[in-house]
Amino acid sequence: MSQKKQRRTSPSPEAPATAISPVVCSPIHPRSLLSTGDLSLEDVQSVLHLADLLEKEEPLHRDRRLLKRRVSLLFYESSTRTRTSFELAAKALGADTSLVSAQSSSIEKGESLKDTGITLKALGAECIILRSPYSGAPYLLAEATGLPILNAGDGMHEHPSQALLDLRTILGHTKVGTKVTDATLKDVTITICGDIFHSRVARSNALLLPRLGARVLLCGPAPLLPDVAAQIAPNLVIERDFDRALDQSQIVMMLRIQAERLAGLSLDLDEYKARYQASADRIAEHAPKALIMHPGPMIRGLEITSEVADGPQSAIAEQVRNGVAIRMALMMRALSDETGPRTQAGKRAAR
Amino acid sequence: MSSILIRGGHLIDPAAGVDAPRDLLLADGRVGAIDAPGKIKQNGAEVVNAKGLVVAPGLVDIHVHLREPGQGYKETIASGTAAAAAGGFTAVCAMPNTVPVNDSPEATRWMQATERGAAIRVFPIAAATRGSMGEALTEYGSLKAAGAVAVTDDGKPILGDGIMRAALIAAARANLPVIQHAEDTRMTGGCSMNAGALAFRLGLRGMPTEAESGLVERDIRLLAEVKDSRAHLHVAHLSTKAALDAVRRARRNGLRVTCEVAPHHFVLNEDAVSNYNTHAKMNPPLRSEKDRAAMIEGIIDGSVDCIATDHAPHAAHEKEQEFERAPNGITGLESALGLSIAFLHVRHKLPLGRVIALLSSQPANVLSLKGRGTLLVGSFADVVIFDPNRQWTFKASDSRSKSKNTPFDGWNLQGQVEMTISQGRVVYRRS
Repeated sequence: MSQKKQRRTSPSPEAPATAISPVVCSPIHPRSLLSTGDLSLEDVQSVLHLADLLEKEEPLHRDRRLLKRRVSLLFYESSTRTRTSFELAAKALGADTSLVSAQSSSIEKGESLKDTGITLKALGAECIILRSPYSGAPYLLAEATGLPILNAGDGMHEHPSQALLDLRTILGHTKVGTKVTDATLKDVTITICGDIFHSRVARSNALLLPRLGARVLLCGPAPLLPDVAAQIAPNLVIERDFDRALDQSQIVMMLRIQAERLAGLSLDLDEYKARYQASADRIAEHAPKALIMHPGPMIRGLEITSEVADGPQSAIAEQVRNGVAIRMALMMRALSDETGPRTQAGKRAAR
Repeated sequence: MSSILIRGGHLIDPAAGVDAPRDLLLADGRVGAIDAPGKIKQNGAEVVNAKGLVVAPGLVDIHVHLREPGQGYKETIASGTAAAAAGGFTAVCAMPNTVPVNDSPEATRWMQATERGAAIRVFPIAAATRGSMGEALTEYGSLKAAGAVAVTDDGKPILGDGIMRAALIAAARANLPVIQHAEDTRMTGGCSMNAGALAFRLGLRGMPTEAESGLVERDIRLLAEVKDSRAHLHVAHLSTKAALDAVRRARRNGLRVTCEVAPHHFVLNEDAVSNYNTHAKMNPPLRSEKDRAAMIEGIIDGSVDCIATDHAPHAAHEKEQEFERAPNGITGLESALGLSIAFLHVRHKLPLGRVIALLSSQPANVLSLKGRGTLLVGSFADVVIFDPNRQWTFKASDSRSKSKNTPFDGWNLQGQVEMTISQGRVVYRRS
């Protein structure tokens, strides 16, 4: 059975006072991954290392690693890449997977996330992969079940496994074989361009990459990129001129405009394309050597043209491939016993 | 009715300017006599020994949600007033966002009927518009005759200029204040916390402070337009520096504007929601540290008229949802005094008498609750006896409220209620 050490979350209703101390503790499983902030740089290193190892491992040996362990995929939003790669990753390790999606389950009848989690646990789930349209939903599920939860995207909050596979992609092109430290990406500038406000991928990357020393430029129009965005981590800079951002960048991450979350916001798409589209001409002029990334799904002809998406600088298919390796590593970590890679939280709890 | 003699206590009655050792005799539901220790004869009265304790006017909360009629699973008038009594309150004003909305004299009387089993006095606040829909005014004269002490569409702001202006004039004619939940909802759609960097990091849509201050400024402009009517605007649960500054300016211009601040807005800032704690979700939301500090400053400099809890009970299953789906509001009646003493008196050195005034005489004045919030002879025998030095741990599970949705579970508070007396009847005694 998986280890069930419980940890305190950051003491949350932290009163700006000393006389009064809050006593709030949440039984979040220490090998959950809810936010990139849950991982120390050592943890990141060990996840990347484990991904390398599992990717190269003989499939017949690999599929004994989580043999018959039960992994539930709980998806409240549609997904192609994330869902499939978590599923393939689980199966490659020999685990049994069951998929529960909002349509065709009792969620449609009004069952709450808490009750859905308790039900899956009673059915034997040992780890739940959650995608939810609500920011913070994985915290609720983690507290309700005590199981390791892997956040596969929650609302506009985070998509930590995507940030890790993006990191693997970036390191594969810039720093092959280097260890993860706070200086690994010291000389690397990364532009994230597009609908940053609605993007959990952008948040996870903007929180993770600066911790490795990267300089991250956020680019987009004000309605999709408020000024406060630069305050969520060190080394984040807002550069609204895409060409200027490209001139400085070795890595360029393009993001889709999330029409389903725009909530009444209207954008002039022609103007948007003129200013922020990754087109062949623009990339040739301002970032002829940069690695072009996109977490998908892409809207070809809007934020990126086919020439760029399918061109020689594109790492988009490679990102998808890296997804399987990273997610194998995350599931191994979630379901490993004492011998598995230890987390910062685990160490804290052990102290 | 039997009489009670409270002996040996330190009496603090801000309205009467008393802050000294005094004995207090309660008889026939009223304050019968106040005198130096040992001067009042027992004469068959039950004696309460208040040695080492503060004896003060029963606390008054002008902003609570008792959930009846319609939502008895969250709270009833009986359970909510039992919680109030345990918190030292002897009068609460119940907001009209019940199901159905209290927009009629019948509902207003129903809430005050003895059958509701209230432990303490309940003053209904009626809806300012029919169904709180913001379209047609309710009948302020007959609502007042039925016992309403103010009108409001709390939970929903009155957005239209025309209807708000009409409400101010009509309420002034009935001699009732208009209480506004100041939130420009055109700026807060889909929002679940304060706007800013934290909201951005958490991926939650944020309510800008301008949504509050903008509507307060609009209301003040309307109030100035109808100045001759002597209309009284009361700003509910004020939470931003900008709105407080607007209230200060309006007062300097001679307008009748009052405001209240909830304990959570001077104790907590938005960091309390950083792990998606739905027990720290309310509306207005917890604000930035700058705004929290401004609430403390406003309380200390006298700009804030009173403390009100905005006690808003919700069932556990409603709060155990995704943050954005969970309803707004926290309970507050049993933690208000302990938080106020710990923060305002102990930490910020506000004299205890002023803390008591903010929780008794001042809220009673805001809504003109005659004979409440003071211990002058002839006033209602509403008394709280508490130990101002006693530190205690607030436990949600011990709460008398039906709901336990508080961010203060497990907090160490200071100032513990020993006894609450409502109109001469002991309604709470610490066990």
